[in-house]
Amino acid sequence: MIAIVDYGVGNLFSLKSSLSMIGADAIITRNADDLRAANKIILPGVGAFEDAAKKLRATGLDMVVIEQAKAGKPLLGICLGMQMLFDRSFEYGEHQGLGLIAGDVIDMRPQVPANLKVPHIGWNALKLTKPVHPLFRYIKEGDCVYFVHSFYAANCEKATIATAEYGTSLTAAVASGNVVGCQFHPEKSGKVGLNILRAFCEQT
Amino acid sequence: MITKRIIPCLDVKDGRVVKGVNFLGLNDVSDPVKLGQYYSDNGADELVFYDITASAEGRGLFTDILTRVAETIFIPLTVGGGINTLDDFDRVLKCGADKVSVNSGAIRNPALIGEAAKRYGDQCVVLSVDVKRVNGQFRVFAKGGREDTGLDALEWIKRGVDNGAGEIVLNSIDTDGVKQGFDLPMLAAVCELVSVPVIASGGAGGVQDFVTLFTTLPKVDAGLAASIFHFGEVQIPGLKQALHEAGIPMRRI
Repeated sequence: MIAIVDYGVGNLFSLKSSLSMIGADAIITRNADDLRAANKIILPGVGAFEDAAKKLRATGLDMVVIEQAKAGKPLLGICLGMQMLFDRSFEYGEHQGLGLIAGDVIDMRPQVPANLKVPHIGWNALKLTKPVHPLFRYIKEGDCVYFVHSFYAANCEKATIATAEYGTSLTAAVASGNVVGCQFHPEKSGKVGLNILRAFCEQT
Repeated sequence: MITKRIIPCLDVKDGRVVKGVNFLGLNDVSDPVKLGQYYSDNGADELVFYDITASAEGRGLFTDILTRVAETIFIPLTVGGGINTLDDFDRVLKCGADKVSVNSGAIRNPALIGEAAKRYGDQCVVLSVDVKRVNGQFRVFAKGGREDTGLDALEWIKRGVDNGAGEIVLNSIDTDGVKQGFDLPMLAAVCELVSVPVIASGGAGGVQDFVTLFTTLPKVDAGLAASIFHFGEVQIPGLKQALHEAGIPMRRI
């Protein structure tokens, strides 16, 4: 069973439907015992980092996610949920993340050329870091996935497993042991996205 | 690099797709769920569902359908039609929509754009505008293009973006239905004005019109059409192949 962490941020409907489409049993929950009983955890999220981090802390589930990840349970962070895996974010100030992956979350505006629009919204091609991480075993180099974000993870070269070109090289996915994260939305990325979720579901 | 998007638009009334469709191999051509699935499987980058129902009963049917579409199709979904309040945003987002398109509702209550952007984020709010030339001016029309609002379209669009609209759908009434190509001068004027994505709508008659659109106006992000896709005059895989060969970045499936 997969526990999707519900802390009042974003719409989890598509994520749950996409998991059910690939035959995975998932629940949307804010119960710590469900997170402990699950064999995998997904941390979703959209919106602003500070607000989301506060809401996650208010539920007390931040400590449970950290405890379970450190115990070796597969954890997938999606979009803002991926950014929260890092040490800290510089989105309007400086905010602490979960500290499960070393690195920072920074504003893309100063990094991308002025003629490119921010937020980075739309379909962009993945450049897979070699050797290809098992999360991508059912997809190929150049497959497109759907992004919606203005901030991105940096100073995380060791954990980076995929990037996307947007005037600069944006971190698209990261992994550190049992903890993985996607900046893009696999649940909105068509068959490619479903194949990434399938690979995560098969992770042990 | 972000790919250019090809977006089919489905007008839904009382639970069925209207304007008619003519696909080989599709038995129920007016079922929004099956049509959505068909487009998703055939390379559409996003789907737009417009609710053109007037009754409360029809509205209920629409949200049921949207839920079913969102359960089976895993690409971005934009929903428009009958969006007048934040409750309307909430209603369709809960059904699985990713973006909400406002048109007449924003004309009646311009504060809606800012309120929605604040609550759901700019990326969620799409401002759809029906524009027609009147005495050399780009003028905003309401009620499905029947009523001249007197508003200057460029001012209206600029104001919408300043208030938080994250994307513009520009429907040219002058080229809509004529199938002689998109309204390039009107699109150029809007692209010059705003830095959010601009979606071209109205006038596509064939593959070449999309090639001309993206090669002439590199700032345009997407092309939207309805009947040419529904009637199979333009098949999305072939269209994307032609655009790819013309050097336009496309998502291939």
